[in-house]
Amino acid sequence: SSSAMAALRGRALLAPLGARLSAGPRAPLRSAASAPPLYDVLVSGGGMVGSAMAAVLGHDIHFHDKKIALLEAGPRKEYDQMPDSYSNRVSSISPGSATLLSSCGAWDHVCSLRLKPFRRMQVWDACSEAMIVFEKDDLDDMGYIVENDVIMSALTKQLDAVADRVEVFYRSKAVGYTWPLPSHSCDTSPWVQVELADGRRLQTKLLIGADGHNSMVRQKAKIKNIEHKYDQSAVVATLHLSEATDNNVAWQRFLPTGPIALLPLSDTASSLVWSTSHDHASELLAMDEESFVDSINSAFWSNINHSDFIDTAGAMFRSAISLLKPSGTAVRQLPPSVAKVDPESRAMFPLGMGHATEYVQHRVALIGDAAHRVHPLAGQGVNLGFGDIACLAHHLSAAAFNGSDLGSLKHLLKFETERQRHNVSLIAATDVLKRLYSTTLAPLVLLRTWGLQATNALPPVKVRI
Amino acid sequence: QLSLFRFTVKRPFSTSHSSVDSKEIKKFQLLAHKWWDEEGEYAALHSMNDIRVPFIRDTLLSMSSNYHLGNPLSGIKILDVGCGGGLLSEPLGRLGASVTGIDPVEDNIRTADQHKSFDPVLAERIQYKSSSLEEIVEESMETFDVIVASEVVEHVADLETFIKCCSQVLKPEGSLFITTINKTQLSYVLGIVVAEKIMGIVPEGTHEWEKFVPPEELERLLESNGFSVKTVSGMLYNPLSGSWSWMESRSLNYAVHAVKSGAPAQSHATDTLPETDIQQRSATAGTAG
Repeated sequence: SSSAMAALRGRALLAPLGARLSAGPRAPLRSAASAPPLYDVLVSGGGMVGSAMAAVLGHDIHFHDKKIALLEAGPRKEYDQMPDSYSNRVSSISPGSATLLSSCGAWDHVCSLRLKPFRRMQVWDACSEAMIVFEKDDLDDMGYIVENDVIMSALTKQLDAVADRVEVFYRSKAVGYTWPLPSHSCDTSPWVQVELADGRRLQTKLLIGADGHNSMVRQKAKIKNIEHKYDQSAVVATLHLSEATDNNVAWQRFLPTGPIALLPLSDTASSLVWSTSHDHASELLAMDEESFVDSINSAFWSNINHSDFIDTAGAMFRSAISLLKPSGTAVRQLPPSVAKVDPESRAMFPLGMGHATEYVQHRVALIGDAAHRVHPLAGQGVNLGFGDIACLAHHLSAAAFNGSDLGSLKHLLKFETERQRHNVSLIAATDVLKRLYSTTLAPLVLLRTWGLQATNALPPVKVRI
Repeated sequence: QLSLFRFTVKRPFSTSHSSVDSKEIKKFQLLAHKWWDEEGEYAALHSMNDIRVPFIRDTLLSMSSNYHLGNPLSGIKILDVGCGGGLLSEPLGRLGASVTGIDPVEDNIRTADQHKSFDPVLAERIQYKSSSLEEIVEESMETFDVIVASEVVEHVADLETFIKCCSQVLKPEGSLFITTINKTQLSYVLGIVVAEKIMGIVPEGTHEWEKFVPPEELERLLESNGFSVKTVSGMLYNPLSGSWSWMESRSLNYAVHAVKSGAPAQSHATDTLPETDIQQRSATAGTAG
């Protein structure tokens, strides 16, 4: 038929699916008899997001008879009891993420190990008095601060519980992926081939890349990634407070050099996440413990960045708001002061942002940092990943119950559309916030001051966040 | 006024008692290798799975009291008549059924066999055979729990013979699922002129309007050959989204669920046959493939 008729062909008006096939080595001709083990789903990357993906699928009723594999380069991580000291890598877990972890039975384990719920988030600007307070009306928990090791341990337990369906390969790193031709080409294997470092080969109908922001799955699939290195590093540490307190508030102050956050771990301890320039971060790591603690207290308490102009303008705006909306200005709570830092708990890592232009291809899906990487200022990183899992698991479950080929782009694209819609706006907003708060220029400070104050006064906007 | 629509001057009925039309075979032979291109000539059939598989699955689940949601069609023997490249056989196999797929076009069976061969689970659960329905009747009397004849009856030479054969190979109380196209002015305009000639949703020449079957006639033939028609539902294809949906009107595509009347002493009306019965029947009846 002519090209005009071809153009009118009744296909979905989406980007041509034929374009979603990666260039790269092709699957060899194989007979089923001598083929490597075949899995329905293979998750590459056994971090929090990869492990949770495998655990959630493993607990899905429509995957009862399916075979799932999880590849993790590191060793198995399980604790029956946490060590006395806190780990310096923690995450802020949203209620939605807690629900997901509950659905595969992991949340119970988290609760029995340790976690800290917080009720309130206070975010304010170092250059002005502007502040925004987040809290739920019903005094429910806003979120939970959980050590990453605790989440990993909980997920490991739940993976054990479905060992008949989920096979975990510890100390196994994927070194190569081979992509199939589109399914209508008959004579080569239709599956994704995975080669491990020790030479073993596996096959899968669907490959899920959960291998972090330098994802090899994404690179080998030749999916373009929009990325940007921030000129910032995050310094983390475990801190001990001057006095015991309820400690159910998460604090974040925007300094010109970057945001500093104090996340509650217990009544006497909090976790530090301080995003600042690379040089300052190195200084913070190098200085003695007393100076380090002084820097932190100063960052939270000092008014050195205020200017009279901004203070006055801010105060005027605040009065204006209180006329219009009496309850629109919140009481400022004072952050706790820090007494000590856990020795050996200081560490730093560079920050960047990234977003994959595509989350899916034929037989491939990306989740977590492999698909998107954000600045920690929004405390969203791992929650976006858990959101990816909830969405992908939902679509895969429906596909399994329909007897569909799990690697089919049809349902993978639905996952991509839903998540990109959600993620892109949040990632962009986080990036904008990061840039907006990286300046002391009066107009921009005023803008964000008023913006923050206005946002604080408007319940609908706050609830959405 | 129907004379306007008699463009095709073909003789649809062969003089033999076969339900297979040799002209139909030739049409499908040319496209045998195109079955599994989800975006190709058979794209509409691929997306039809999104409604016909849940239809079959949920109907069977509602008639059964003993199933597992991880393997919903486990233990059910299904005959897929006119299976083509196996587009419907494979999802049914993935849901746990034992599927026998038959098709008179050898190339289709070759394609179907090839496609399932890479998946050990499907390779075991699905058997394909190049055959007409009549050819397997003798060796498969009352063998199958379910027959699916999707997009088939509009291609058969003798519909009544076809239905009689279905009844013979189906167990009492067994289910017959049919999807096909109504014979209306609308189905000529949309189903042939637009679908084939203008938009290319269906390869040109696939269908002959003369052979489309109105649901009333299908129902009549079923009821007079030992079937009880349970459901008739209209189906609609949206060429822009490439997806199917259910609709009230049957003036275009429609789906039918019918149940073969059972001997009263056999089993409970709403239960599938117990496990031992099924195994016995498999042992005595030689199944195709």
